[in-house]
Amino acid sequence: MRKNMLKKIGRYGLLSLTVLGTTLAAAGCSGGATAEDDNTLIIFNYGDYIERETIQMFEEETGIEVKYEEYITPEDMYTKYQSGAIDYDLICTSDYMIEKMIEAGDAQPIDTSKMEYLDNVDQKYMDFCKAFDPGNEYAIPYFFGTVGILYNEEMVDEEVNSWSVLWDEKYKDQIIMENSVRDAFIVPLKLKGHSINTTDKNELLEAQQMLMDQKPILAAYLVDETRDAMISGDAALGVIYSGDATVAIEENENLTYVVPQEGTNIWFDCWMIPKSAKHKEAAEKFIDFMNRPDIAMMNFDYVWYGPPQKSVYEEMDEETRADSTIFPDEETMNKCEVYQYLGAEMDTFYSRLWKELKAY
Amino acid sequence: MNRKILASPYIIWAIGFIILPLFMIVYYGVTDGSGAFTLENVLAIADPVHYKAFGNSLLMALGSTVICLVIAYPLAYILSQHEGKASNIIIMLFILPMWINFLLRVLAMQMLLSNTGIINALLGFFGLPAQRIMYTRGAILIGMVYDYLPFMILPIYNVMSKIDKDVIEAAQDLGATVFVTFRKIIVPLSLPGVISGVTMVFIPSMSEFVVADILGGSKILLLGNVIEQEFNLANNWNLGSGLSLVLMVFILISMAIMNRSKAEEGDTMLW
Repeated sequence: MRKNMLKKIGRYGLLSLTVLGTTLAAAGCSGGATAEDDNTLIIFNYGDYIERETIQMFEEETGIEVKYEEYITPEDMYTKYQSGAIDYDLICTSDYMIEKMIEAGDAQPIDTSKMEYLDNVDQKYMDFCKAFDPGNEYAIPYFFGTVGILYNEEMVDEEVNSWSVLWDEKYKDQIIMENSVRDAFIVPLKLKGHSINTTDKNELLEAQQMLMDQKPILAAYLVDETRDAMISGDAALGVIYSGDATVAIEENENLTYVVPQEGTNIWFDCWMIPKSAKHKEAAEKFIDFMNRPDIAMMNFDYVWYGPPQKSVYEEMDEETRADSTIFPDEETMNKCEVYQYLGAEMDTFYSRLWKELKAY
Repeated sequence: MNRKILASPYIIWAIGFIILPLFMIVYYGVTDGSGAFTLENVLAIADPVHYKAFGNSLLMALGSTVICLVIAYPLAYILSQHEGKASNIIIMLFILPMWINFLLRVLAMQMLLSNTGIINALLGFFGLPAQRIMYTRGAILIGMVYDYLPFMILPIYNVMSKIDKDVIEAAQDLGATVFVTFRKIIVPLSLPGVISGVTMVFIPSMSEFVVADILGGSKILLLGNVIEQEFNLANNWNLGSGLSLVLMVFILISMAIMNRSKAEEGDTMLW
């Protein structure tokens, strides 16, 4: 989920590609990179989410040619995957999308029997993943993180520890919310002590009302630009992914990241093998490669999200281990929840709520 | 026969990328998820959320069209009166941005308009208070006008520079004042250019969504945003297509109305 401004262009480029791909597929002449070659691996991952050198190393060591493609949101990914224009072998995506794909029969069980480095993945993170993949059959975690508040200490002269600060009139036009439906709803749901996976429509309607009340004091709903806006001091408070927060803090030392006391979403981006995979073994080799201590470290060094590998945790220095933007403390961790896929009906309900909020 | 062969690349293009997608939109628009015929997706425009978004789009499109016209018309007139190097350079300056990718231009606007952006830095330098421009309706309008202005200037300028000088001189010989010449000669003769310009600005503005996302901070919902959301987020291609159909029909009707007024002028189309 690491993004930058150039990726924005990618997003709309991707959109037109998706439409184009769909057109081709429906017209019965499926174009795109359908690889016939047995020695290739087609990977679909979030933008800017891997140390490119590791792909090269994988190619050199195994002789498998990697075709690497990127996307911005899980929804973009799913639309493109569904169009069927390209037979992806390996997809890295987020928890709730994996659950949706498992449910839709779009995922294949991963054969872990030949994996050398699976032990390197900490069991506690595998347990978290059971929320969306009960038997740990379909997904191997790649990175994890939280959603919290990034604030500028020069503009906010109080200790931020609750989501309620995002309704404070003092910060009118200084607050940036997540422009992504479920991430935005975390805030009111957790503030009211509800689960982020609630299917109680009254709780969701109440949350929507709270977001509508909040809208007049917001500066904007953003996703990838939040980081840039916070770095440049355009806004005082922003709801952001922990990984983006880490990068922002490096650029601007006045910024602080907190996971509010009410708890939040802990998310996992995992590797999964879609139904379309034509090179399943190569995909499994790649997953295993990602968990090799040196490769995992290289990727952590590049992405700076929470690494699920024990070796990475052991190798890093004290300061990094104590960094709450990467590892939330035990108490906060207990109040965090992993997203669950709520079913097609709730999807429709959520996007209805979102549309109404945006039109408000 | 020869001509047909020459046209074939375009025909293949048109079938693959214009006609087929169009049929697909119509198909998705009038069916539901199971493929059964329904008008629900088209009638969904009556939903308050959707017609509000439609109203927003209409307002933004009209606003940017009027502003473009107000800026472009006098400029095109002045340029057409002064043929030569200077006016060529000015025309060039207006075309130049069209050579740069549309999204890059919008992102550049973001740099200009943001709270800590270039405009506010300049205001601050002269001791003036900072303005909140970014993430407002105004920012969306500025972005749209910036993007579409060349499409208004060029057709008007083209038509005006083709007005026969003899006609203007004849009017002056017959005692018409500058104002009368302008009102009775230049305005009617430049009308086809104005109509082309208005069409070329108004139509893409109606389906705008990227500018509203980037410069409007996603706070103002346009019909284009709703359609994008239906396709990408809600995965409801039927509703997205239905609303696209409504937009398409609306645009066709407004084009027909504008064409009628042009036909009355008895002139050929420019676009």
